[in-house]
Amino acid sequence: MSVLTPARGTQAIFRINPVAKLAAALLLAGVLILTIDWVSAAVALACEFVLFFWAGLSLKAFALRTLPVWIAAPTAGVTTLLYGQAAGAVYWSFGLVNVTEGSLELAIATTLRILAIGLPSVVLFVTVDPTDLADGLAQVVKLPARFVLGGLAGLRLVGLFLEDWRALELARRARGIADHGALRRLLSQAFALLVLSIRRGSKLATAMEARGFGAPVRRTWARPSTFRGCEVALVGIGLAVALLAVGVSVATGSWNCVLT
Amino acid sequence: MTPAAAASVLGASVVARGWGWRHAGRRGWAVDGLDLRIEPGERVLLLGASGAGKSTLLHALAGVLGGDEEGEQRGQLLVNGAEPTAARGQAGLLLQDPDSQVILARVGDDVAFGCENLGVPREEIWRRVHDALDMVGLHLPLSHPTSALSGGQKQRLALAGVLAMRPGLLLLDEPTANLDPAGVLDVRDSVARVLEHSEATFIVIEHRVAVWQNLVNRVIVLDAAGGVLADGHPDEVLTRQGERLAAAGVWVPGRGSGLASSRGGTHPASAPGSVPLLRTPGLAIARTRTEVIARDIDLTVHAGTALAVTGPNGAGKSTLALTLAGLLKPAGGAVLASPEFAAGADAEPIRWKSRQLLTRIGTVFQSPEHQFVAATVRAELAVGPRALTQPEAAVNARVDEVLQRLRLDHLAEANPFTLSGGEKRRLSVGTVLATQPRLLVLDEPTFGQDLRTWREIVVLLDELLLEGTAVVAVSHDTDFVAALFEREYRLTGQAGPGVTPRAAVSR
Repeated sequence: MSVLTPARGTQAIFRINPVAKLAAALLLAGVLILTIDWVSAAVALACEFVLFFWAGLSLKAFALRTLPVWIAAPTAGVTTLLYGQAAGAVYWSFGLVNVTEGSLELAIATTLRILAIGLPSVVLFVTVDPTDLADGLAQVVKLPARFVLGGLAGLRLVGLFLEDWRALELARRARGIADHGALRRLLSQAFALLVLSIRRGSKLATAMEARGFGAPVRRTWARPSTFRGCEVALVGIGLAVALLAVGVSVATGSWNCVLT
Repeated sequence: MTPAAAASVLGASVVARGWGWRHAGRRGWAVDGLDLRIEPGERVLLLGASGAGKSTLLHALAGVLGGDEEGEQRGQLLVNGAEPTAARGQAGLLLQDPDSQVILARVGDDVAFGCENLGVPREEIWRRVHDALDMVGLHLPLSHPTSALSGGQKQRLALAGVLAMRPGLLLLDEPTANLDPAGVLDVRDSVARVLEHSEATFIVIEHRVAVWQNLVNRVIVLDAAGGVLADGHPDEVLTRQGERLAAAGVWVPGRGSGLASSRGGTHPASAPGSVPLLRTPGLAIARTRTEVIARDIDLTVHAGTALAVTGPNGAGKSTLALTLAGLLKPAGGAVLASPEFAAGADAEPIRWKSRQLLTRIGTVFQSPEHQFVAATVRAELAVGPRALTQPEAAVNARVDEVLQRLRLDHLAEANPFTLSGGEKRRLSVGTVLATQPRLLVLDEPTFGQDLRTWREIVVLLDELLLEGTAVVAVSHDTDFVAALFEREYRLTGQAGPGVTPRAAVSR
């Protein structure tokens, strides 16, 4: 399973247009980023955990894919706890470290917020096939086909770049220049990769043009990309979670808008 | 494509009148003064020395040469009476490199890509996709990942993508140069099947003439000096121009490689007194730490002998070569250098310092570009001797010697990346020879090379063997193996515990 050919399944979530997943994730993130309080984030997170049952992921896959978020969130939390803006009672102080009532609250809010934004984004995107996303971006969002398809085709080269990098590394050892100057070697290797990438890119562009890419006719799409009931429903769910989080937060008086 | 559907596509005509093309920033014309007429439905093999502008002509016919910023055109080139760029999709072009022609992640989508660009209605697209895949004999589910295809399959996929566009002019630019023998036959057979059912005009570039000889009814030889050198029926042209073509690097059937089989087994394989350099007791090889490809490999490499590593794609030939070369870590067993070969270094080459490898094992990678690290050919050759901290005078003397031996002296100040394929190959061999290693490891040294470079590589390796250098080479090229190698180690590609690769040792 690679980025280009993600897991396929039968659940509804796999059939939903990636554009709807993108929209739902952006909507949720956009609203949650407006405030720094722990109530809105906690409410959103609670709703999300219920919804994750329909995300088409096994518990193991869920844990594995979201691991970076689980690491990032508490790390950011602890940093905020130690160095965050001091306010209220001081619990512990040591040099620059200043754990206060205010920084504790901020730390919890930060941790919950990263989870509330990060987890659904990861979960929604694990089931996105880049080809379907490109179809959606071009047909539903109406982004220019040249740009979307160029990006999609370029994505396929990433695997080749990894192989190139490995070969460049071995070749430098073989050429007798791998003993010293690691930084300089890294830079020259990065430059070599850049040169190879540009070559691969221009070859790919020729191959695409040879298949009529950029021809002055209206392009058709072999795979229809539609935005129907279940797509609207998913965006609706995202909106509902966001509104509920804001509502509870405002009602409990903890709404704390970053813009004011 | 059903025969009827294919027949509905009429062949396109090609006309060139004093046509020429000069790439931007170059002084010379890639093609010049070309006068040519190809009738609809003709099957043409396009030959010529490297640099005669064959690829340029094919790219121009496909309309992908680019606009004014890419180069300058003079004269006239017409497909069906119109400028090639004006009628995209009329000509379908299949290129050499399988990896750079896969565009999308799934087989079906990739074939459909060209049709989409030409605005073919959706239902019609999928009908064409099925027909085209049938035609090239690629019987795979439409959702099959393109990354899991072999080189030959990728070329057939690209051919299907081209056929789905229903071109009146089918252009193939060395479509089999990067394939193993099985892949070459696959692609050739697919094309043969297509031609049986199609009226499309067909032009193929290939310097291994035998592959296509029976599928074409006309051979056109481009002159490197401009214009056409020879034009006519294949047998006639190949007989009349055979010698000239062979000198220009074309593999003309029945002429052989032009080399007296200097070695081919007559060499003292492990003659008495021949020094063992490496042995591999119970060696297992792996690309990554977990994925063992082959195990129980027991080999000994002697000074002055040649060992060929052969086998199908994916069997781990390159991995074995890189492991022997002290670049990859064995997954099991060991690669051991004899005390005499190690000369003070550790017994295992993988533990050697990068600099210690230089005088002991030289590795020539499959793609020369991976091993270039300098801005000029001269500096490239000096990298190894400098790393050995040789005095400047000795470095210069050695570089001059290698430049001459590999006929690169006129290119000393050129950038390695701007060289032709054959020159790049010679330079990559040269960078290794500069430090005079006792063992040479080469990965597909003759891949995609024309006859001229091929011959040079064989002669050079033959000389090195006589001087006592050991050679280990990965190769699909049976002529190459027959010309130089007294031993062949065949990897079967069946990994897994207990499966021992059969060592077909022939003398």
